[in-house]
Parts: sequence; structure tokens; C-alpha cells
Amino acid sequence: MTYNPSALLPVIVLLPLLGALFNGLLGSRLSRQTVYAISNTTVLASFLLSVMVFLGLRGAMVTAPDAAFRYTLYEWIAAGSYKFEIAFLADQLSAVMLLVVTGVGFLVHLYSTGYMHEDPGYARYFSYLNLFIFSMLMLVLGKNLAMLFIGWEGVGACSYLLIGFWFKDMDKAAAGQKAFIVNRIGDVGFLAAMMLLLAYGNGSVDFDHLRVVFSDSAHMLDHAPTVTLIALLLFVGAAGKSAQIPLYIWLPDAMAGPTPVSALIHAATMVTAGVYMIARMNFLFALTPHAMTVVMMVGATTALVAASIGLVQNDIKKVLAYSTVSQLGFMIVAVGAGAYAAGVFHLMTHAFFKGALFLGAGAVIHALHHEQDIRKMGGLKKKLPIIHWTFLISCIAIAGLPPLAGFFSKDAILAETLAFRPNTEKIATYYGESFERQARVKVMADKAPDQAKLAVAVKAERDAYVKSVEDLAIWRKVAFALCLLAAFMTAFYMFRLYFLTFSGDYRGDHHTWDHAHDAPWPMATALVLLAFLSFVGGWVGTPFFHNQFNFFFHWLEPVLARGEELLDGHMTPALEYGLMAASTVVAALGVTLAWWMYRKGPSELGANLANRMSFIYDALLNKYYVDEFYDRVVVRPLRAVSQAAFQVIDRIIVDLVMVRGPGYVLLGVSHAGRLLQNGEVQTYLVGVVLGIALLAYYLV
Amino acid sequence: METTFAQAWLELNGVGGFPLLTLLTALPLVFAAISLMLPGDQPGAHKALGFAGSIVTFLVSMVVWSRFDTGLGHMQLADDFAWIPGIGARWTMAVDGLSLPLVLLTTFLTPLVFVGAWSAIDKRWKEFTIAMLVLETGMLGSLLAVDLLVFYVFWEIMLVPMYLIIGLWGGKARIYATLKFFIYTMFGSLLMLVGILYLYGKTGGSFSLREFAALHLTDKEQLWLFGAFALAFLIKVPVFPFHTWLPDAHTEAPTPGSVILAGVLLKLGTYGLLRFAIPMFPAAMGTFSPLLLSLAVIGIVFGAMMAYVQTDVKRLVAYSSVSHLGFVMLGIVIYNEEALQGAVLQMVNHGLSTGALFLLVGFLYERRHTREIADFGGIAKRMPVYAAFFVFVTMSSIALPLTNGFVGEFLIFGGSFKEGIHSAMLQPETGIAWRTTVLVGVSIATSGIVLGAIYMLSMVRRVFFGAIGKPENEALHDLTLREKLLMSVLAVMIAWIGLVPGGFLKVSEATVHAMVQPNRPAILQVRSPLDYQREQSRRAPAQAAEEAKAE
Repeated sequence: MTYNPSALLPVIVLLPLLGALFNGLLGSRLSRQTVYAISNTTVLASFLLSVMVFLGLRGAMVTAPDAAFRYTLYEWIAAGSYKFEIAFLADQLSAVMLLVVTGVGFLVHLYSTGYMHEDPGYARYFSYLNLFIFSMLMLVLGKNLAMLFIGWEGVGACSYLLIGFWFKDMDKAAAGQKAFIVNRIGDVGFLAAMMLLLAYGNGSVDFDHLRVVFSDSAHMLDHAPTVTLIALLLFVGAAGKSAQIPLYIWLPDAMAGPTPVSALIHAATMVTAGVYMIARMNFLFALTPHAMTVVMMVGATTALVAASIGLVQNDIKKVLAYSTVSQLGFMIVAVGAGAYAAGVFHLMTHAFFKGALFLGAGAVIHALHHEQDIRKMGGLKKKLPIIHWTFLISCIAIAGLPPLAGFFSKDAILAETLAFRPNTEKIATYYGESFERQARVKVMADKAPDQAKLAVAVKAERDAYVKSVEDLAIWRKVAFALCLLAAFMTAFYMFRLYFLTFSGDYRGDHHTWDHAHDAPWPMATALVLLAFLSFVGGWVGTPFFHNQFNFFFHWLEPVLARGEELLDGHMTPALEYGLMAASTVVAALGVTLAWWMYRKGPSELGANLANRMSFIYDALLNKYYVDEFYDRVVVRPLRAVSQAAFQVIDRIIVDLVMVRGPGYVLLGVSHAGRLLQNGEVQTYLVGVVLGIALLAYYLV
Repeated sequence: METTFAQAWLELNGVGGFPLLTLLTALPLVFAAISLMLPGDQPGAHKALGFAGSIVTFLVSMVVWSRFDTGLGHMQLADDFAWIPGIGARWTMAVDGLSLPLVLLTTFLTPLVFVGAWSAIDKRWKEFTIAMLVLETGMLGSLLAVDLLVFYVFWEIMLVPMYLIIGLWGGKARIYATLKFFIYTMFGSLLMLVGILYLYGKTGGSFSLREFAALHLTDKEQLWLFGAFALAFLIKVPVFPFHTWLPDAHTEAPTPGSVILAGVLLKLGTYGLLRFAIPMFPAAMGTFSPLLLSLAVIGIVFGAMMAYVQTDVKRLVAYSSVSHLGFVMLGIVIYNEEALQGAVLQMVNHGLSTGALFLLVGFLYERRHTREIADFGGIAKRMPVYAAFFVFVTMSSIALPLTNGFVGEFLIFGGSFKEGIHSAMLQPETGIAWRTTVLVGVSIATSGIVLGAIYMLSMVRRVFFGAIGKPENEALHDLTLREKLLMSVLAVMIAWIGLVPGGFLKVSEATVHAMVQPNRPAILQVRSPLDYQREQSRRAPAQAAEEAKAE
């Protein structure tokens, strides 16, 4: 195939925007069917065009292995040395994201036609949903960092609107607001990083351009701490969007939105944007093992902490929410460990199984008249067969049992975390000139600029750097251990959720049970397709036969080339298969434990454990009191300080003392002046006498 | 006959001697005069007259725009007549890429204000029409004058109608607010007048901006004169700590007054700095840069914190203006091309977004006669279209990408970061003090991005979301057709500048370049001499090449 689908890129992006505008402006006058048709067709069309782009890219790669499609729509902002274009880039990484976003996006649209069929706000809902797809496509197809940022903040705004979709409930509106603000904190980091990159890129943050800049070791700003700073600032953005510690707190609350929204935005697509961004910027992150280690450890900690909270939650969506935070932690570990392809792979498989799980949970909630508490469920296996089977498959997939999708992606992350290490030689070469400059500064300070001494100093600089990088190796083992523990917890809490929902006896009221119905066809279609993908989706990325058939990883190679060039990997078959066996055993243990405890509903053992260790249990149930902590340390102080500043600084110091003060002084002086001429002769006389007395005193 | 600088441009542009800019400035006054002659008992006639007058003015401003050559950096389309020959005062008006955006903003907002006032003003329409049109003349004159005496006259003319608008159609504490507004701005203006007269004496008989800027002043003179001019402008902006008149004036002003006050009047402060204070006294600007930078950053953060704790929606929006104009001030202080382009655009953006917010608040006030946040809650259910517009404008106000607010803020941040970091990382010996000040300041300023989202979204949530608590709000009716049209026009502008800002940035591009060329080195020389040397050495080869090309 030789056709060039570049011109399709803007069409793919703009179709959902048109849908959003149409339904948003005219939707209230249109019938349900029209609104459904418009919103679904635009996303479906985008998906089909994305497939064409994907196929076109495959065709183009036959002749040029690093082929990519680019399309510039127009120059957006140009001022001074800065230049930003509205331009699209479809390379291998974008193509994967494109398929996931439009594919899962369409299934969620389809599902929503069933889920929202009683809601009067359908036009608004589908308009927001289309707008979200538009923003997400801007994000993944952006050719420069500024485009990515447009999408980045755009999806945040859509998320705000959709979480607070049922705005009559103040808690839901507050959850939307919290999501937006916490994300904004991350965005400040992103923005600052972009400003630093602008200085690097001489006014351009085009990915192609930046990749060249960061491959050129003669660049004037090359300086390890600066690169580390940029990477860490970008990661602040990623931590906000991808719900990592300490900015993860918005995601569990985001479950206030309609469940299909949780599936699409808060599981499959938007929250993975941070992972995408780091994979996209691999050429930068790979240069800074220090920042990478921070990324990896934050990811691992998040994976474990969120999984531990997920162990005890009783709201079906809350379990899935913490599970999402935890799984995002895995992806962040991957990109932090240099396993970019594995991270993106897990991003994709997670989109399938977590999408299926959320949609399944939504179908259960829908069937049970908005019941979300798993303590009031149970035995739904027979009543809701389609939901049950799709849910079970996705649970196996996320638990990481072979041969389902989650197994391969999670295994790849664990293995590569342990096996990879930074190529210190190459990285140090990149910083060569900066070592020399630093050394020169130090030697000059000695006032003895001789060549031999300089060479020694350069080597010392370099060795110190290499040593500091090598010292980081231990953290990979720590991250691996944390992830393995988190993987065990994942298997356990997912099957706790499964057994409590579908197995044992029903524990709710019988009216609800009688009216429970399996998913209608639009919802069932989405569930079945996603469950199918959760089953087979991992087979494109298997490590067998030395990655011979690992299509997925090979596919991403052109984008990740620079990042992978700066890595060393020592993957032996023994390590590979040993880890596969280990992670299977860990997952199986978790499932078995859950089966033992919960197959017949809430167990006494569980209750006893909770009583015995109530301190731990309460901490987990209350999510380690993190929200309370933020409330006391950030939210309330901000309000109190603002209030105090308003009363004291603004009202008293500035307004009363500085502004009105001089007026009052003038008034006071005038009053005093008026006393001097009050017309009373006695007063004047006293003045005269006093005056004479004073004069006499001085003169005599 | 002597050739003044304005005449040179007159020929250059070939307007053929037609005083286009004078006509533009005088038009509202003509309509005000007609209004004056009509009886006051026919509000309909005055409404129509005011609207027609502002529309005609708007159309003429479009002619100006079409005649404007964006490729030129200096003043163009100039009118120049002898005005008061005895004292050497000339009537000189001209436009460039700095004033044109604000001129267009003024002529664009004024008709909208008349439409918005349709029901907001319920008495004395004749007086209102006259005041508003005179105010427009004042604003246009201030923006177009390049002769300091003409400028001063228009600057003072603006004060009176605004005083009347707040005083006659304002709220309960309007007398206190007008007094504060009047005395405060008058105080600044008088200092400026002293400065103008001093410079007039120095030139030996001219009020021309060009003559003023060409004077050789001692450092001490520059500092004092900059102080006098800048104070007048800083009060107008307003920059912390001169801002307390603003919330009072806004809260008491009727909706049309607030829209014009926030939309245009405040920008005359930032405009004045850019047009007069900085080009006339660049060295003093260099000395005051750290102070002004600090005040700008304090304004951003402090204004946002104040907005967060307000209970009155209008007061909240007023404080948000303090914060937003802090961003504009930041761009002005930095004074490089990126930041200045951002600042000029952000002036327009703020006029549109905050103007829209004040109109929206006004719609609500007309319905419920209260602006207390606590009196609302859940009204999105009753007023969905209104809520949609409000959320949209909020997004613009908190600078969401693809709205106008983002473009301006982004460029201001971009320019500021550039000033702080560009190629300085490896040469810490170069201008470290100023760069550190900038970097620390900008880093603090970024918190404004988060704080902006906090106070705006909290307010939106408390006004629009949740259950309807008060029975009075059950009866609220959504926007009328007139209100919808009004908001649509503003929404289109917000989206337009956000999506395709190119044309708007282009208007100011050449002028900003021409301003930076001479002024930035002069400023840098004082505030960071090492940076000055570095920029000069880098610029020298490029300039030589340019000159060689020109030959």
C-alpha cells in the first residue's frame, strides 16, 4: 500500500468535535435517536479512519521503517522566537493510542446509548463525550508538546464536566472540581517543563525537533541537573493526569460520574496520558536515570498503596478506581524503568480489561437500580450471565493469569524492570561537554589551568556521575518487589470483588433481584468485544522465542529507538520463564485466597481479620486518611490564610491605613486647624500669652 | 513649514489628509450631542441613538483596521494640526499595533454595553447615553493621542462620565465608591500633569511624545518622572497595593459601568506604561523592574487569594481582575517580544472575558437583585443556557487552551521564563541577580494558574450546582434572546482568539518588535548590565547582516 493518509488526521480529530458542537448546540431540540446516531457515527468514522491510518503506516513501513505521517493545519501562535503549530503526527506510538482511543471510545459510546437511555440530559452527555474524544485525539496526535498540552487540559475540562454531569448532587460537582484542580497542579509542572524545553528547542517544542536536540551532545544547555529538572517537572504533570502519589486523590472521587465515563476517561484513556507522554518523551527521560528512578519508585509505591486500599473497599466502583490507580502505577513503573514498550502495552491491555470491568460494573449497577455496595450483591452469576462471563474474563486478565492479556503485559513490566539498566557509557558521553565545562570552572578556580589537571578533573566529574547512576541499580529490585506484592493484592481484591458480586447468595432486597435484567444489546456488544480483547489482546506482545513474535514491541521500535539506545538489557531465557512462572504463581495464590475467603459471600474470617487488626483495616478503609490530611494541610489553611490576608492586609493595612489613612490624617489636621480659628477671643488670648512666654524664654 | 513626525507618516500612508482618527474619536461625541438635544422623556430614542452611535463608531474603527498596515512598526494614519499655537500644543493622533487592539476592543465593547444596558439601566437613559458616548470618546482619544497634552485632556475626560455612571446608577454605597475612585485616580493624574509640564519646559515648547522621548534626562530626572507617570498608570491598572478602589467601584457600578471599567479603563493603565512611561524613561524602568515585577507577582497571587474568599460574585470578579492584570504587568516588566505580545493580547482577552463575566453577573442581578453567592445554588437546573455561557467564559478566564485566555497567558509565561533561563544555566556569572528574581517571581506566579481554577470553579459550583436551596431561585427564567445574542458575540470572540490568534497577534507584532528594539537594551543596561552586553554581542552580527541587506 502506498497511499498517504496524512490528510485523514485532521478529519479524525475534527469529526468528534463536529459531533460535540452539533449535539451541544442543537441537541435539546433533537430526538434521542438523532443524538445517538450523530455521536456514535462520528466516533465510529474516526475509528475506521484510524484503522486506515494504521494500515497505511504499516504499508509505509515496508519501505521506510521509521515512517510517520505528519499534517500541519495552520500556525497557531507565533511571537518573537516562539512558534506553535496546530499539527498532527501519526507515528507508531500515536497509531496505537489512536486505535485504543477511538476503538474503546466507540464501544463506550455504544454502551452509553443503553446506559443513559432514561437520562433526560442525553444530549449534553453525548456532547461532552464527543468533546472528550476530540481532546484526547488532540493529545495523542499532537505533533508538538503544545498540542499535547491542548489535549491534556482539554481532557481535564471534559473530565470536570462529566464527573459533575449530575450536578444537582453537590458531592458530584465537588468531585469534578477536585479532579480539575488537582490536575491543574500537575499541569503547572507540565507548563514549566515546556517553558524550559522552549529554551532548549529555541522556541520550538516539536517532537521531531526535540528528539534531534536531545540527541546532539553539543547542545549548549546539556547539563544533567537541567535535564533531570525538566523530566521531573514533566512527571509532575504525568502524576496529576495519571493519578500517581501524591496527586492520585482525585481519581477515586471521579467515580461520581456516569459509569461509562469512568470506563472511558478514568480507566482506558485519559488517565493513561501521563504514561503516553513519558513514552513519547523517552529520548529525554532516558538521559536522566535519576529522574527515571524517581518515576519508577513513585509508580511502584502508588501501585502498592492503591492495591492495599482496594483490598477492603465495598463500593464496586471504588474497588475498580483504586485498581486503576494501582495499574497506572505499574505503567509508570514501566516507563520509569525504561520499559516504554511494556508500559504502552499494559496501557493497551488495561484499556481492554479495565474498560470491560467498568462497563460490567456499570451493567450490574444498572441492573440493580443503582446499587453499588458489593455487600448487597452476590449470586448474580445466573441472573446476569453475559455480564458475569465478561466480568470473569476481565478479572482473570487483570489478575495476570496466562494466557490472557494482563499476564503478558504485566510480566513484561516485571521482567524488564529487573533486567534493564541505563547505558551509563552512552549517557555519560552525551554529557561529555558539560563535564568538561564544569571541570574547567573548578580548575580555573584553582588558578592553575594546565591540561593534565583538566583531564583529571573531567574524569573525576564523569566518574562521579557514573557512580551516582550505578548507585541507583538497587531501586529496581525494590520496585520489582513492590510490584510483585501489588500483583498478588490485585489478584486477591479483583476476585474478592468477583466472588462477592457474582457467587454465593444474593444479599440485597428481593424487589431489586426480581427486576434485575441482563445487559441490553448495545451494552452487551461492548462488553463482549472488550472481554474478547482482554482475552486475546496480549498475544501481540509475547516474549517467546526471543521476542520473535513480539509484534507490539517491534512495532514501537522506531519511536522508542533513542530511549532504548540508552539502555542495556540482559534478558536471559531463564530469567524470562522463571519470572513468568513466579508471577503466575503469585496471581494464582491471590485468586485462591479470595476463593477460599469469599466464594460464599462475606466470610467470618474476613470479619475476624478486620477486627483483629482494626487499626490497619480502618486505615485502609479510610484510604490512609489522605484526603483528611490534604484538607487539614492544604485546603483549610489556604482558605484561612486568604481570609486573614483579606481582613488584615487588604482591608486594614492597605485600604484603611495606606489609602484612607492619609485622608483621615488630613481630616484630623483640618479639625485641629479649625480649632485654631474657632472665633473665641479667650482662646486667641491664651495663644498670644503662650507665644509671648515662649519668645521671652528663648530671648532671655 | 516644519515637518513634524506625524506629517512624515501622513505622507507615508497616503490617507490624503483625511483626519480619520479624529473622526473616529469625535463620532461618539457627535451622537452624544444629538442625544443632548432630544428630550429626556423618550428612553427608546436615546437607547437607539446610543446603540447607533456606537455601531457607527465601530464601523469606522473597522475602516481604520482595514487601512492599518501590520507590516509597519511605528505610528501610522496620523492626523496632525496646530491646536493651541500659543503654547505649541498640536492635535496629533496616530495609531500603531499597541493602540489598535485596544481601540478595537473599545469600539467592540461599547455597542455590547448598550445592548446589555437595555434593562440594566432603568432611569435617565438620556444622561446614560451621553455619559457612555462621552466616555467612549475619552477612551479613544486617550488611546490615539501621541501628544501628551491631548492625551491628558482625554485621560481626564474619561474620569467624569465614569464618575457619573457609578454615582447615578450605582448601588447603595456608590457615593463612597465614586469618591474613592475619583480622588484616587485624580491624585495619580495630577502627578502625571506635573511630569508633563516639567518635560514641556525641557523641550522648550512641545507636548509631542517624540520630543519628550528624545530628551536627554539625567538618571535622577528619569526616576522622578517615571515615578510620577507610573504612579498614575499603576493606580489605574490597578497594581497592588493601589487596588482597593477597584472592588468598591465595581461592586457599586451598574453592569455597563463595570464592563467598561474592567474591559477598557483598566487597560489604559497598562497601555500608558507601554506607550509613555517606558519609552520616555527606559533607564528608570530598568531600576524599577525588580520592584514592579514583585508587585505584579504579588498582584497575581494576592488578587487570586482575595477572590477566593469573596462572598459577592461581582467582588470576586473584581479581584480576579487584579490577578489577571498582574499577568499583564508581568509581561510588561519582562519586556521581551514574547511577553509583550502576550501582554497586549491579554489586555484584549481580559476585556472580553471579564466584560462577559460582568454582563453575566448583571443578568443574574437583574433577576434576583442580589449577587451574594450564598443566595444561589443549583440554578443551572433553571438556567441551563446561562450556566453553559458562564462555564464557557470561566474556562476562558482560567486560560484553558483553545480559549483566548490561554494564548495570552502562555506567551507571558513563555517570555518570562525565557528571560529567566535562556542560556543562563551554564553561565551563572551572567546577570544572576535579575534572572533569579525573574525565575523566582515567575515560579510563584505559576501558582496563579491553580488559584484561578480554585476560586472560579468554587464560585461556579456554589452558584450553579447542587440542589436549589432557595425557593426564589425556582422561578428564575433563562436568558432572553437579547441576552443570548450578546453572549454569543462574546463567546465567538473568545473562541476565535483562542483557536486562530494569528491575525490578532499579527496586529501588534511589528509594533512590539519596534518597541523592543530601542527600549529593551536601554532597560537591560540598567537592570542587568551583563545580560545587556551579551545580548548586544549576539545581536551585533545579525544587525550588521540586516544593514548589509538593506544596502
